[in-house]
Amino acid sequence: MSLHNLTPPVLDVRNLSKVFPIGSNLLGTKPAQMLQAVSDVSFRVAQGETFGLVGESGCGKSTLGRCILRLIDPTQGEVLLAGTDITHLNAAEMRPLRQDLQIVFQDPMSSLHPGMTIRRILAEGLRLLKLDAQTEAARIAELISLVQLPADVADRYPHELSGGQRQRIGIARAISVNPKVIVLDEPVSALDVSIQAGLLNLLRSLQERLNIAYVFIAHDLSVVRYVSDRIGVMYLGRIVETGRASDLFDNPRHPYTQALLSAIPLADPRAERKRARTVLEGDLPSPLNPPSGCSFRTRCPRARPLCAAERPLLEDTAHAVACHFPDPAGTEATARATPSTLQTGEGA
Amino acid sequence: MTAAPLLEIRDLRAAFRGPSGFVEAVRGVDFTLNAGEVLGIVGESGSGKSVAMMALLQLLPAQARVSGSAKFKGRELIGMPQRQIRHILGREIGCIFQDPLSAFNPVLTIGAQIIEAIRLHDRKISKRAALAQTIDLLASVSIPEPERRAQQYPHEFSGGMRQRAMIAMALANNPSLLIADEPTTALDVTVQAQILDLLRRLAQERDIGMVLITHDLGVVASMARDISVMYSGRVVETGSADSVFYDTCHPYTRGLIAAMPSLESVGTLLTPIDGTPPSIFDRPQGCSFAPRCGYALPACHETDPELRQIGTTRAACLRAEEIAAGTVRPTAPLSESLPV
Amino acid sequence: MASTSPRARMRALSSGRALFGRLPLTGKIGVLILLFWAITVVSVQFWPLVDPLMMAGRRLQPPSGAHWLGTDALGRDVFSRTLHGAAYTIPVAVMVVVFAVVIGSALGAIAGYFGGWFDAVIMRTADVTLSFPPILLAMTVAAALGPGLPNAGLAMIIVWWPIYARLMRAQVLEVRTREHVEAAIAGGAGRGRVLVVHILPLCWTPTLINATMDFGQVALLAASLSFIGLGAVPPSPEWGSMISEGASKFYSWWIAFGPGMAILSVVLATSFLGDGLRDIFDRRGPQ
Repeated sequence: MSLHNLTPPVLDVRNLSKVFPIGSNLLGTKPAQMLQAVSDVSFRVAQGETFGLVGESGCGKSTLGRCILRLIDPTQGEVLLAGTDITHLNAAEMRPLRQDLQIVFQDPMSSLHPGMTIRRILAEGLRLLKLDAQTEAARIAELISLVQLPADVADRYPHELSGGQRQRIGIARAISVNPKVIVLDEPVSALDVSIQAGLLNLLRSLQERLNIAYVFIAHDLSVVRYVSDRIGVMYLGRIVETGRASDLFDNPRHPYTQALLSAIPLADPRAERKRARTVLEGDLPSPLNPPSGCSFRTRCPRARPLCAAERPLLEDTAHAVACHFPDPAGTEATARATPSTLQTGEGA
Repeated sequence: MTAAPLLEIRDLRAAFRGPSGFVEAVRGVDFTLNAGEVLGIVGESGSGKSVAMMALLQLLPAQARVSGSAKFKGRELIGMPQRQIRHILGREIGCIFQDPLSAFNPVLTIGAQIIEAIRLHDRKISKRAALAQTIDLLASVSIPEPERRAQQYPHEFSGGMRQRAMIAMALANNPSLLIADEPTTALDVTVQAQILDLLRRLAQERDIGMVLITHDLGVVASMARDISVMYSGRVVETGSADSVFYDTCHPYTRGLIAAMPSLESVGTLLTPIDGTPPSIFDRPQGCSFAPRCGYALPACHETDPELRQIGTTRAACLRAEEIAAGTVRPTAPLSESLPV
Repeated sequence: MASTSPRARMRALSSGRALFGRLPLTGKIGVLILLFWAITVVSVQFWPLVDPLMMAGRRLQPPSGAHWLGTDALGRDVFSRTLHGAAYTIPVAVMVVVFAVVIGSALGAIAGYFGGWFDAVIMRTADVTLSFPPILLAMTVAAALGPGLPNAGLAMIIVWWPIYARLMRAQVLEVRTREHVEAAIAGGAGRGRVLVVHILPLCWTPTLINATMDFGQVALLAASLSFIGLGAVPPSPEWGSMISEGASKFYSWWIAFGPGMAILSVVLATSFLGDGLRDIFDRRGPQ
């Protein structure tokens, strides 16, 4: 079933790390502290597949997304785009490859140039293709209809559109150059639920039509579950659990994933009342001063001395986990508290 | 059961001056809240849910026009002199907002601000007693090392801790009503779970009535006893949590529920609500949801329906009975098949 | 809402009349005063005024029907000299502001966008320049170059560019972190294009407001330099040198009154206009 075992990955992230120097000493020669934003992250995405990256704020998921795009240069590791290592290319060598790798941002207002019409914004993106004026105009019209907006938005400015419409333009810009991979950085979290659903559907239909691979970054697990084929759960810069979406949700093995799942409030009062939840103690530790050993141990209900002494490595299996005391893999242990959600009021 | 409700709101309206006359952001909201109960007000951005609360607490700019009635323990809040309402605010009514950072003064310690809140309403209390009370409060909202934390400044707190501190401040004078406006929206899920647990526990222990304003159906489902769904300045459906979720009869509430991706909706398509909410400057005639509604009849574009009892909930929809009985389907099924 | 949106700001700029209409009353007054001086500058030589360099009457006459602002120590008509003075002071102030804005903004934008050693060199130079009192620095430079309005102008550009460099750098630093800039880079735009097309168009508002307000200050500094003899050379009717002449004839107050009021009107007008523009463009301003 899993595509990525059969076909070569279109995006292959290998041992990616990013360290930000924070502050500096008096002479400005040595940074005072090092912030390890992303640590040794590896994953692969096959053509037409969606890889979801979930985690709470400060877990490094957005930094990771920007490192993939080379908007930030990673400190270590490689990003292979359709087999080509793009980590060591210079800006000029990178430019033609940008066509294959696009991004959609969270805030659809700040991600569109406020002084340009939608037509110009899309034309800016299309410059890579060097189209003639007529083809370009046709392409812009096509893109606008692809994202299901009326043709007359072309001559409007971003502030004249609603949040959902703006985000559709962000998506149109990303698909305009026929990319192989799109990094979606919290693409729907700024939008209201009723608008969000339309965008998620749009993203799925575009993926089916255009066979694009998505890296879908979000903090909302229900959204990630809905769109993703495979998921990586990040905590403090590392992937702590990864696997097929269904495996990960039906049988979460890492205590952090379990806590995340049990923390989602369900839109189902009866289920909510019956629910036993694992509420995590405390806050996310500072990434400037991460705990020794397993970074989750300070909040983990299962932590034992070994966890402080030694960092658990991410297994090399389909449903992998980085934990010394994980729940077993397998499909038997499905009796978890993921209560059935309501039947959309169709007379339940 | 005959005791006066804690908060009783009737026909609350709030209007702002627009380019051409006043425009109503809140158009006749009613609800009743009893002590120890949690009322969830759900709505998307622009639905008027926050404005309604600010209107009854007189927190809107002076140019705003507020009318209707809001009785708190039998006392009318609308039109009450500012001095009197300030006396009630912070003492009998506590407020929690979405962004705890802007709610604190950045140059004073958290402890000093809570002490001030206590002393403002109880002039006779000594500084030492107020400090002891502050530390108790911080401990009661599960802030570890409350003595040390009280000495710290707001920026030294994490988002979750700051929200706890704000809750502690809101509780400083043992209020009987707590108004929480998107109290967990800025927080991560695991921290949100902590805060919701805390609010649930405090409301129960202290018998506080709570108005919980949120856009998140999950949050209300887990917290509220009663739910009011707002759309375009009005309550479109209201009832007990169970009836609103399981006997839903307003198309907008149905739409909201269907639009939410749940852990179960994998492999299916979500049902978005077409279009966008109307601007308050340009509301359609009749039911303001009609232009986005798959059930809309010509009559819906003419009359704005009142809330009516339909089974176990009250809904403002002409076709609520039919929808509740399941005898009609949306006439223009929205995105049931993939467009394009 | 709509009135502060960037689109509205663009549109406002493109239509002068609409912009004027949205200015507060003080701003409108400012525009009218500046308009008056601009017309004066280009057309004063055709006006039916007495020659500003000629003895037109008796010396040190107080204002009268013949000489509206009286006559100076050489019997020249102060009213005529004041109006003619605009043609000296105002063009210099315009040139100084334009050059300071162009040079300062360019350096600031490059410093902010590229960073590194270039940023360090530019900004430290700016810091050093700004740490001198402007009049003192301008005096030093003007004294070194020799008196005369062009040299005074050069001195003032040297004093003024760092202000715009700082302003533009701060603006660029803010705008470059916006997501639409990242989107442009992801879309394959080169560094120059990102700076010119995606960053700079969103950066000029504070510069515009500041430049408007500075215009009056520059005119004042130009007059000050002339006052101490480092600007315009006598007998040209420059406002600063006229006030300087008036200062020595303390009891003939009218000699300094005309140019004094002229400078005051320019400084006030530019502050009014600057404040008005800030109200319209700056999102952090009122409303």
